[in-house]
Amino acid sequence: MDETYTTSERVEGEAAAAAERPLARVPLVLNKRNFSWLTERISGVVENPAPRWWWVAFTITASVATFGLFCLGYQISTGVGTWGLNHPVGWAWDITNFVFWIGIGHAGTLISAILFLLRQKWRTSINRSAEAMTLFAVICAAIFPGVHVGRVWMAWYLAPLPNNYGIWPNFRSPLVWDVFAVSTYFTVSVLFWYTGLIPDLATLRDRTTSKIRKFLFGIFACGWRGSNRNWRHYEMAYLLLAGLSTPLVLSVHSVVSFDFATSILPTWHTTIFPPYFVAGAIFGGFAMVLTLLIPARAIFKLHDIITPQHIDKMAKIILLTGSFVAYAYTMEFFVAWYSGNSYERFAFWNRIFGPYWWYWWVGMLFCNCLSPQLFWFHWCRRNIFVVYFVCMCVNAGMWFERFIIIVGGLHRDFIPSSWGLFIPTWVDIWTYIGTLGIFTSLFLLFIRFLPMVAMSEVKTAVPEADVHYASPNGQHPVAAGGKERT
Amino acid sequence: MRTPSGHKVYAMAAEYPSAAALYEAAKRVRDAGFRRWDVYSPFPIHGMDAAMGLGKSWLSGWVLFGGVSGLLTAAVIEFGPSSILYPLDVHGKPTNFFTVPAFFPIMFELTVLFGAFAAFFAVLIMNGLPRWYHPMFNWERFSRVTNDGFFLAIEARDPRFTEAGVRDLLEQSGGQHITIVHEE
Repeated sequence: MDETYTTSERVEGEAAAAAERPLARVPLVLNKRNFSWLTERISGVVENPAPRWWWVAFTITASVATFGLFCLGYQISTGVGTWGLNHPVGWAWDITNFVFWIGIGHAGTLISAILFLLRQKWRTSINRSAEAMTLFAVICAAIFPGVHVGRVWMAWYLAPLPNNYGIWPNFRSPLVWDVFAVSTYFTVSVLFWYTGLIPDLATLRDRTTSKIRKFLFGIFACGWRGSNRNWRHYEMAYLLLAGLSTPLVLSVHSVVSFDFATSILPTWHTTIFPPYFVAGAIFGGFAMVLTLLIPARAIFKLHDIITPQHIDKMAKIILLTGSFVAYAYTMEFFVAWYSGNSYERFAFWNRIFGPYWWYWWVGMLFCNCLSPQLFWFHWCRRNIFVVYFVCMCVNAGMWFERFIIIVGGLHRDFIPSSWGLFIPTWVDIWTYIGTLGIFTSLFLLFIRFLPMVAMSEVKTAVPEADVHYASPNGQHPVAAGGKERT
Repeated sequence: MRTPSGHKVYAMAAEYPSAAALYEAAKRVRDAGFRRWDVYSPFPIHGMDAAMGLGKSWLSGWVLFGGVSGLLTAAVIEFGPSSILYPLDVHGKPTNFFTVPAFFPIMFELTVLFGAFAAFFAVLIMNGLPRWYHPMFNWERFSRVTNDGFFLAIEARDPRFTEAGVRDLLEQSGGQHITIVHEE
């Protein structure tokens, strides 16, 4: 057993670790918290009565969500004319919101699948809530293409179902690919999330004293008992689900981008779209993960589990993907100029100096390209307020980006006589705000009823989980809390 | 095997203070030649499969089967309507098998979808879950298994099981709170 290694793993705080061994890794769970502390703290969020702020927050978000649902009902019963869509802008806030929400989901799958395959153990503190965020974002996303078709009761035409008209969908259409991509993405995310939840539901089942909760957690935990013969298959299933989700998440936003890229409109008809959209999705999604987790961490005192190191790493991913996005924006301009196509050149000139000029200057340039560059600096990544400010910029900036791509591509048609602008109606605005309400309400319900950190996974990031672990003073590492259990 | 009080015995079990101790104990039990036994822990312990003498999980076979069936399903539901039942002439492009790139996204999605369903159902079925009841839950201390408890149980139906021998083995390997677990 390597004594130096284990000693340095166990030291508290970063300064001490740096003094002892310059290259020592900072522990993922701070203050030598043991397994039972982790169980207690994470389950406590679900088991303690709902704090007052939760009721206040939930009342507000649920009211907003209800009004959003009312707007959807009004739109469905009256018609798509209640939105500001008209010729030439036939896609506007609806598809902007769709791409915005589906993009947010991508960070959750990146954390749960891609970082798992890359053996990034820090993901264990954040993957559960990020995956939940994915599901809720995809629910919000699915609303928009569902209702924008107008007659939602005809939506089954999208599915390849035998019908008495003998009509089948055109499987070569990106819109049909989209239906398959998004529904597969949602289903696989649910399966992955639930598989991860089973051991934690068993923890809640074993802790609760309430009969109803014991029954419900018992049902959903499927009788999980932590047997290694079960863990063996479970780990293989988890690995394969991660392996399947990795190409899936890259494909979903690629397929979303095909909706635009296979058209012949200037600014849409480009081959750069799939990687550009995927990078943007991860960029926007990580900003949303931090937007949700920074307050949750403070409220539930999870500072030892979601440490400054985690925030630092997420900030670096935002910097990386934000730089991809900035590169893609630049390349679009270069290709527009280099192509020599006058429509393409005009469309990009119009993007910066046309009627939606400030969307580009504020949203794309400032929020998406410049603000994440702050994360080159260590103190910016460690300052919660700077991180939160950048995340808010990115959240807004990514919405603007999708608006510019969609409406910017449509409002200047090839013939000036068909030019027009998009003016949102109150239904447009409140449907979007309503989905923000649905998203936050679902997230609030999630943190009330399910463990927001994957307990069985975060425990593997504690040094005592290693079978070659020995405590620094050479004694047997009796559950690092120190006390011999009786 | 029954206890003097007439209860049917499921296993003899012990608790261990840490993952490391459980790992060492598992190696001893494996080397003693037991077949029907198991260890229980709050999280998957890295290296435990080898310590228990278990090989690779072949759950992956089911996932391959699921993925291939998804791919074939997609091929049938796409080419059936597009080439035979309802050929749509879009931009004058052919609808036969040579235009497979346009049909590929849905094939990919269904491969992933069926593979994921296979992984999910295979992990439940191969583990015999959902299961309403298990004898280990009769042991009061066992409720810690989902918190911070590490347990090892050797089943009574193992041919090498003798009460004295197993108790000795568990004691020597550092087991604490050694107990008989009843079947019901």
